[in-house]
Amino acid sequence: MTSELDIFVGNTTLIDEDVYRLWLDGYSVSDAVALRVRSGILEQTGATAAVLQSDTMDHYRTFHMLERLLHAPPKLLHQLIFQIPPSRQALLIERYYAFDEAFVREVLGKKLSKGTKKDLDDISTKTGITLKSCRRQFDNFKRVFKVVEEMRGSLVDNIQQHFLLSDRLARDYAAIVFFANNRFETGKKKLQYLSFGDFAFCAELMIQNWTLGAVGEAPTDPDSQVDDMDMDLDKEFLQDLKELKVLVADKDLLDLHKSLVCTALRGKLGVFSEMEANFKNLSRGLVNVAAKLTHNKDVRDLFVDLVEKFVEPCRSDHWPLSDVRLFLNQYSASVHSLDGFRHQALWDRYMGTLHGCLLRLYHD
Amino acid sequence: MPGKLKVKIVAGRHLPVMDRASDLTDAFVEVKFGNTTFKTDVYLKSLNPQWNSEWFKFEVDDEDLQDEPLQITVLDHDTYSANDAIGKVYIDIDPLLYSEAATVISGWFPIYDTIHGIRGEINVVVKVDLFNDLNRFRQSSCGVKFFCTTSIPKCYRAVIIHGFVEELVVNEDPEYQWIDRIRTPRASNEARQRLISLMSGELQRKIGLKVLEMRGNAVVGYLQCFDLEGESGLVVRAIGTACTLDKLSSPAAFLPACNSPSKEMKEIPFNEDPNPNTHSSGPSTPLKNQTYSFSPSKSYSRQSSSSDTDLSLTPKTGMGSGSAGKEGGPFKALLRQQTQSALEQREFPFFTLTAFPPGFLVHVGGVVSARSVKLLDRIHNPDEPETRDAWWAEIRQEIKSHAKALGCHAVVGYSESTSICEEVCILSASGTAAVLNPRFLQDGTVEGCLEQRLEENLPAGCGFCHIPYDELNMPFPAHLTYCYNCRKQKVPDVLFTTIDLPTDATVIGKGCLIQARLCRLKKKAQAEANATAISNLLPFMEYEVHTQLMNKLKLKGMNALFGLRIQITVGENMLMGLASATGVYLAALPTPGGIQIAGKTPNDGSYEQHISHMQKKINDTIAKNKELYEITPPEISEEIIGSPIPEPRQRSRLLRSQSESSDEVTELDLSHGKKDAFVLEIDDTDAMEDVHSLLTDVPPPSGFYSCNTEIMPGINNWTSEIQMFTSVRVIRLSSLNLTNQALNKNFNDLCENLLKSLYFKLRSMIPCCLCHVNFTVSLPEDELIQVTVTAVAITFDKNQALQTTKIHVEKSLQRASTDNEELLQFPLELCSDSLPSHPFPPAKEHLESASSNSGIPAAQRAASVDYSSFADRCSGWIELIKLKAQTIRRGSMKTTVTVEKASPMGEGNFRNRSAPPCANSTVGVVKMTPLSFIPGAKITKYLGIINMFFIRETTSLREEGGVSGFLHAFIAEVFAMVRAHVAALGGNAVVSYIMKQCVFMENPNKNQAQCLINVSGDAVVFVRESELEVVSTQQPTANCQPSCTGGEVTT
Repeated sequence: MTSELDIFVGNTTLIDEDVYRLWLDGYSVSDAVALRVRSGILEQTGATAAVLQSDTMDHYRTFHMLERLLHAPPKLLHQLIFQIPPSRQALLIERYYAFDEAFVREVLGKKLSKGTKKDLDDISTKTGITLKSCRRQFDNFKRVFKVVEEMRGSLVDNIQQHFLLSDRLARDYAAIVFFANNRFETGKKKLQYLSFGDFAFCAELMIQNWTLGAVGEAPTDPDSQVDDMDMDLDKEFLQDLKELKVLVADKDLLDLHKSLVCTALRGKLGVFSEMEANFKNLSRGLVNVAAKLTHNKDVRDLFVDLVEKFVEPCRSDHWPLSDVRLFLNQYSASVHSLDGFRHQALWDRYMGTLHGCLLRLYHD
Repeated sequence: MPGKLKVKIVAGRHLPVMDRASDLTDAFVEVKFGNTTFKTDVYLKSLNPQWNSEWFKFEVDDEDLQDEPLQITVLDHDTYSANDAIGKVYIDIDPLLYSEAATVISGWFPIYDTIHGIRGEINVVVKVDLFNDLNRFRQSSCGVKFFCTTSIPKCYRAVIIHGFVEELVVNEDPEYQWIDRIRTPRASNEARQRLISLMSGELQRKIGLKVLEMRGNAVVGYLQCFDLEGESGLVVRAIGTACTLDKLSSPAAFLPACNSPSKEMKEIPFNEDPNPNTHSSGPSTPLKNQTYSFSPSKSYSRQSSSSDTDLSLTPKTGMGSGSAGKEGGPFKALLRQQTQSALEQREFPFFTLTAFPPGFLVHVGGVVSARSVKLLDRIHNPDEPETRDAWWAEIRQEIKSHAKALGCHAVVGYSESTSICEEVCILSASGTAAVLNPRFLQDGTVEGCLEQRLEENLPAGCGFCHIPYDELNMPFPAHLTYCYNCRKQKVPDVLFTTIDLPTDATVIGKGCLIQARLCRLKKKAQAEANATAISNLLPFMEYEVHTQLMNKLKLKGMNALFGLRIQITVGENMLMGLASATGVYLAALPTPGGIQIAGKTPNDGSYEQHISHMQKKINDTIAKNKELYEITPPEISEEIIGSPIPEPRQRSRLLRSQSESSDEVTELDLSHGKKDAFVLEIDDTDAMEDVHSLLTDVPPPSGFYSCNTEIMPGINNWTSEIQMFTSVRVIRLSSLNLTNQALNKNFNDLCENLLKSLYFKLRSMIPCCLCHVNFTVSLPEDELIQVTVTAVAITFDKNQALQTTKIHVEKSLQRASTDNEELLQFPLELCSDSLPSHPFPPAKEHLESASSNSGIPAAQRAASVDYSSFADRCSGWIELIKLKAQTIRRGSMKTTVTVEKASPMGEGNFRNRSAPPCANSTVGVVKMTPLSFIPGAKITKYLGIINMFFIRETTSLREEGGVSGFLHAFIAEVFAMVRAHVAALGGNAVVSYIMKQCVFMENPNKNQAQCLINVSGDAVVFVRESELEVVSTQQPTANCQPSCTGGEVTT
């Protein structure tokens, strides 16, 4: 006796959260059944393995049918085929678009292309996440990217509107899309200590301050066709950043800057002497990062540079985080007192963001 | 030109990409009705076109309106080649044809293609303007309401239940026409869908005409089926029960269009008018007119309130009740006579109803069924389907004679079915023989029951169990005992019925689903030989199914089956029998004896041991089941029923022991069981197997109950969480050495596993009950068995579930005593000649109507006759008379209780009238249930019947996820289309939903599959009771205003 056909269709579509998770995690039906057996469900319910197999198959089939709709979540809301309560719909969408930290760290900043997709095998082996799940997550990134790529307006809003994600998840996706678009290098060994959260934090600051959308947000002329995309860095701004070079190129300015900072921080910093000794190196590093951002290659290496030029030197001198904060505050602020420096606004736009990023990046 | 159909195509959404180059679609719509077609403009390059068309107007006969579906086709415009069809929507406009139902159909419909399934949605608005038609000889029957529900629909009242209506139409199946060889599968499927739609429209119209002839205005328990006879054609047949219904209350506050129920109408229930005869004899009220005049009730109520003179029926009644007091027998005979006179003009006194207005059902005889095996031949002339008609007439005749043999003149819970395999067809019909209250059949009102009950002088809850047949001349061997409830009349030891458990029946404990499953191999044969082989097998199957049911019933410790449905399915090389029913313990029937096993060779020691081991196992199971289903010993039950107050209880005992002492002994014996024990002889392997199969049925996991009736006996506080589902399983039998035993085991496992799966899947709903569990078996191919289950899971309040019967008893005792205290205000009236029942049901609830209660005399008369007759018998023994009064009181108390049960409904009606439209609160969600009600909610409006037929075919089975993926998607799509139609009618639920057919065929080698599904149900609007209460507290005084205005409108 073999079961040829075995289905269950409810007027309200039954969603089993546990099975959904197993499905999202990319387990095959037999693996999922084995995992469910191990969870002790048979003892709890007195069911047999055959019942579990049939139940799992049913749920998998349902999820498979729902997947097409999950690719465009608003469709899930308007479709008539599956009657699902709104709270369940939200759960389905949120879980479907959720991703694994380990996976996202692997692809963050990579081009979401076929090439990368081919590497998913390796990522799967490395992270222990099933290939199926890797594919889903990758395709999600790519899909969101494709949809919002050409859109105007706030990146987060666009994502939320088209994928009905929670605010938190939409922000994460904004970061992923932003990183993918700008191809920031995140995979280098020295960046391994950074979490997705660290990058996402930086991405948000950069989106808020360094993109076209950031300047477009307060347009003087509402009719002006400002290309207010949140995804691209403001090219003009990056060009202008060259002007900051004077801060390190002009020796007087650099000395003045150093003395201002040192005066202000004397006695307040535990690592004052180290700071004093390293000031010119650190300042040179930060300003040079800015000056180099005209080149795409250097934009990609932004985080490598920041870690190399700032985080690592400080860390090797065992600066506590509080001292880093004090230093950065003073370092940014004292530029305003440099009379010969004319690019105060530019400096603030650059350093304001970098200040936040560096503090976030500064940890073990 | 009696009607104008208007259609507007608004927009589309989620259309499929039809042009690969642009990834877009140039869609337009064809709207077709009859032979007229309109087209919208082409909406270029969009997947969400906004046509916003003009109103397309079709001027058509109402005959066509009833027959034809509105056909909407969405196409992709192609300049150079033929336009590609995206899909179609068929809209049945029947619901727009009667005034009380929907006024407009408007909403998003899934665009359906028989090859691709649902492809986007289309927004359509449909309206109908009907003109009054004065043509006496018209062919249409617009205005006759159809209900799938097999009881009187919740917001209606039955004025008359006319009886059986049936019709069938036949045609050639397009799938088997020569043209099918050259047309595409899509064209063929569409031709079939359209034809069946047309045929069911025609069928409904013809049935409607019959109803009008009978002067009814509605069909209840409408069951329409398709017989796909293959080469020999396509038969669409329907049966139903013609009724004259009155709307009970008008939710006029939010349904101004529906003005039929008037103030007078509402009063009818309390006007115990003994003679509404007028309207059947009065040609002054042509019913045809009524259906159009929007006030069908007005004329009735007028007459009933004015004509209280003609009491032609009353003398009969008096006589009947007089004799009833003396002896059951003569009364029965008389009742039979009456019923006979009421029924004799009918060819078939059948009723498709399974639940009845209180008092309608007097006695139940038992299940009657008939089967016949026929060889299909080609239907030559579709216009004269005589053969099929003759076949069914033959079967019905047999059913009728069976019923007669049981001393019954009517058959209730009647249904018909077929099973076809190649050219052999088994026709089956079954029902429950019953004696009915004649009043309902002619011209009585529902409230006549009150009278009837008093006449009968029986406590409610057991009357229907009393045997209708003659004790000395029994049609079959049965153990009769005196009723355990009233101790007056004889009852059988077990009772099988096809109806739902009557609401007033006294049940102990809970019920459970009981199934008998059986397979029998048969040799492959052709034509005559095959039919003969099947005919020879049938009686054995029936017998075995019956034995299995009986054994399982006893194993559960129960004594009655309700909702029994025996399905015999024929396949190429086997016959399958599946019987499902809900077992209960009726307080009125004796305790079932156990099952005793007897061995053939008692000398063998080890064998003996084995037997005794089995015996012990069986006894343990019975004990366990009794505990599980809370079946407590009948002694307790007697106390519940018999004695609301301690003191009278003793007296009643006294009475019993004196007047019926002779019975006492046997009763005691019975309760100990051994004497009556059912003996199973294990003399061959078959019987061994039977015993094993008895014990293999696993009870549902704790927190689960199941039944195949509307409601689960013993559970009543349902919560509003419901989940309707359909589950389908197909198994392939290994063809090697198939034996009956192996087959039986496979089939048994299939059903048991399916149930287990359901319990597992629905575990989050615990505590819950699977209601209306409906199994259908088919044998699509040689080695395939297909089982389809549709049911609804309803959660109920845990607290109640945990209550033991003891608490139950206490509760009911409490309630009884409080009721009694109330009643005791009238002890004098009781002893004197006046009426005990009068103050309770009517006055308590509807004081305003009590003043105009003209029915008092009738009821009074009945009660007094009753009482005096008893006095005669007891010849002045005062104490007994007092006791008798107590019994009457008990009887009336029972009535109060039932009225109490019904009262939320009544109150609901009141509230309802002031309720605003609440449909918005549940936008989008459409509930579906096979039950006739929605727990925790009140149905405020019936929008019309949903009857849909779909075909789905695929040539890429693997790509669609194999057979399971294909069917899963299709069933989900069918649900979606049903929901969309209901929503478009303005409804938020389908009740009495049934999947009548699910024919699945596959050809994996060709990567093909095809499936046909036919579903039906009643589209309704419901309002949550909680919402109603909120409204009612807000506007407590607005109660009767709308009804008054309603009255004004109708005059």
